[in-house]
Amino acid sequence: MPSCLVVDDSRVVRKVARRIVEDLGFACEEAEDGQKAYEYCAKTMPDAILLDWNMPVMSGIEFLEKLRQMPNGNGPKVIFCTTENDLAHIQRAMNAGANEYIMKPFDSEIIESKFSQIGLL
Amino acid sequence: MRISDFDLYQALLKEKSGLTLTPDKSYLLDSRLTPVARKHGFATLESMSTALRGIPKPELVKDIIEAMTTNETSFFRDMKPFEQFREITLPHLLKARSSLKRVRIWCAASSTGQEPYSLAMLLKEEGAKLAGWNFEIVATDISTEVLETAKKGEYSQFEVQRGLPIQMLMKYFEQKGDRWALKNEIKSMVTYKYFNLLDPMAPLGRFDVIFCRNVLIYFDREMKKKIMENMTTLMPDDGFLFLGGAETVLGITDAFKLMENTRGVYIKPACTTIAPVQVKTA
Repeated sequence: MPSCLVVDDSRVVRKVARRIVEDLGFACEEAEDGQKAYEYCAKTMPDAILLDWNMPVMSGIEFLEKLRQMPNGNGPKVIFCTTENDLAHIQRAMNAGANEYIMKPFDSEIIESKFSQIGLL
Repeated sequence: MRISDFDLYQALLKEKSGLTLTPDKSYLLDSRLTPVARKHGFATLESMSTALRGIPKPELVKDIIEAMTTNETSFFRDMKPFEQFREITLPHLLKARSSLKRVRIWCAASSTGQEPYSLAMLLKEEGAKLAGWNFEIVATDISTEVLETAKKGEYSQFEVQRGLPIQMLMKYFEQKGDRWALKNEIKSMVTYKYFNLLDPMAPLGRFDVIFCRNVLIYFDREMKKKIMENMTTLMPDDGFLFLGGAETVLGITDAFKLMENTRGVYIKPACTTIAPVQVKTA
């Protein structure tokens, strides 16, 4: 079963996202900030990461930049999922190595569509 | 809604647009027609129905047809047809039309424009390969309201996230507040026209490709047959018809046959010039 790490400081968002990605056939793990996600990836590299931007301790973009430097860090498909909805943020995320970008609010259809576009489904 | 009123709308839709309203869709009448009744000053749906039994204003009839036509769509909806267009249709046409360098595509129920614009973006992505070619996309719909939306080419954040890869959003759209507007380079590739699929099709001209997806399901068998047989007269021997995933020509008409190893791609039975599609092996 493929795995997905949901990184978001909102417990509610993590819960909603978990339900959606599990319905898509992924085993789901959660992290509440970039630092926790980084520690998780150092132990186990997931197949997909659904990543918020603004989080305490370590932001999503900082995490992504560090992830892509890690051994096997290019493996996971990273989908930003954030309220930052301007072109400058999207451009920055894609330059840092994101594979897709979701602007909140999201629903199951959007997540499924994005996962499918980048070959996760 | 009263049964007699349901019958009234069913007959009206059938006569004016060819659409078949089955009893299981009766719930749609209340939700979609209440705003129409309000717009035209009727206190209830019943009073609008009474007016329809007299000599109704053409504007009222037009608004009812618009409200009842389904406009479910998204960019690159179902993806597969677009992949097949790129991998099967396009290579054939680039070879077969290499002297004319002209291809005409018809999106036969274009709704708010996502399908024709998806095709336009797909063609743009081909880049230099299509230099010197003239691809004309004609998009039609029975609803003038959705045609206006389509022409504008502006979409909500929600709409641009359904099916559209982020790279295409970055490349072909501009942000306008909380809306996303298609750039002119894409908008200018599509021509919109009002068209009722039951009207004579000849004035639209010839088409190498017709997209008619998820439309025929709303017509009865006879209407489907008539529409597809009219379409075949617009197409050259090596034309392509794209139908929706739940649609078929089987038992309806012999004017088209499903291309082997494709999903929803139809060609004329006598066509011998289109190369068969091989099954991809892992």
